[in-house]
Amino acid sequence: MLTIHAKLVEAMITQALNDHPVEACGIIAGPAGSNWPLRLIPMRNAAQSDNLFRFDPQQQLQVWKEMSARCEEPVVIYHSHTSSQAYPRRSDVELATEPQAHYVIIPTQHLYQAEIRSFRIADQMVIEERVRIVQHYQPELELQMVA
Amino acid sequence: MPITVIIPTLLGSLTNQQQRIAIEGVKVSEVIERMEQQYPGIRAKLIFDGNAYRFINIYVNDNDIRLRDGLATSLQDGDIVTILPAAAGN
Repeated sequence: MLTIHAKLVEAMITQALNDHPVEACGIIAGPAGSNWPLRLIPMRNAAQSDNLFRFDPQQQLQVWKEMSARCEEPVVIYHSHTSSQAYPRRSDVELATEPQAHYVIIPTQHLYQAEIRSFRIADQMVIEERVRIVQHYQPELELQMVA
Repeated sequence: MPITVIIPTLLGSLTNQQQRIAIEGVKVSEVIERMEQQYPGIRAKLIFDGNAYRFINIYVNDNDIRLRDGLATSLQDGDIVTILPAAAGN
């Protein structure tokens, strides 16, 4: 199950709607092993496409180095689907490389509403999980949050 | 002083979970060949038909090798080669 603060969900949806019809993407970092998404980092979609995302390679290196220095990991890896349902497509599965991450998809087409869904993707298998949106974290976690 | 290669978690099973490898080499391709000798199977995860896979990012220090000379990018003592699978999908 993904437990995530409502402000982070709102920030992902806002970014996805702003970037539509280009796919939006980003991560939410958190302390390694904690499973708490805290620090939202919007990523540039180098593909600038309505059916593909790829983190800008230079930005990805900087963000990954920063996470390493802060003992963090990508707790959430998110992107939007601009014309299909919020379910991983073929390349989402083939290119998933972080088995510990929650892969969140935000649908931006009216047909599918703006309801996010979350998945675990490992060994080419997809498992959907429940998303629990909370209004508060523990105070010390909330202080570290960047939405 | 050798080159330091930073290995992603995804390839840790091939490197006995080592995340940093010290290795000699004057080009990125040579470093990968030497890693292959020590950790068989790693080359096939990085290179196909003489080129780095499209969704594998390789950097020398902070520079993406695609913007330099690709696998022929030259290295100097103390350089850091980072291998990072691209975060991508559709």
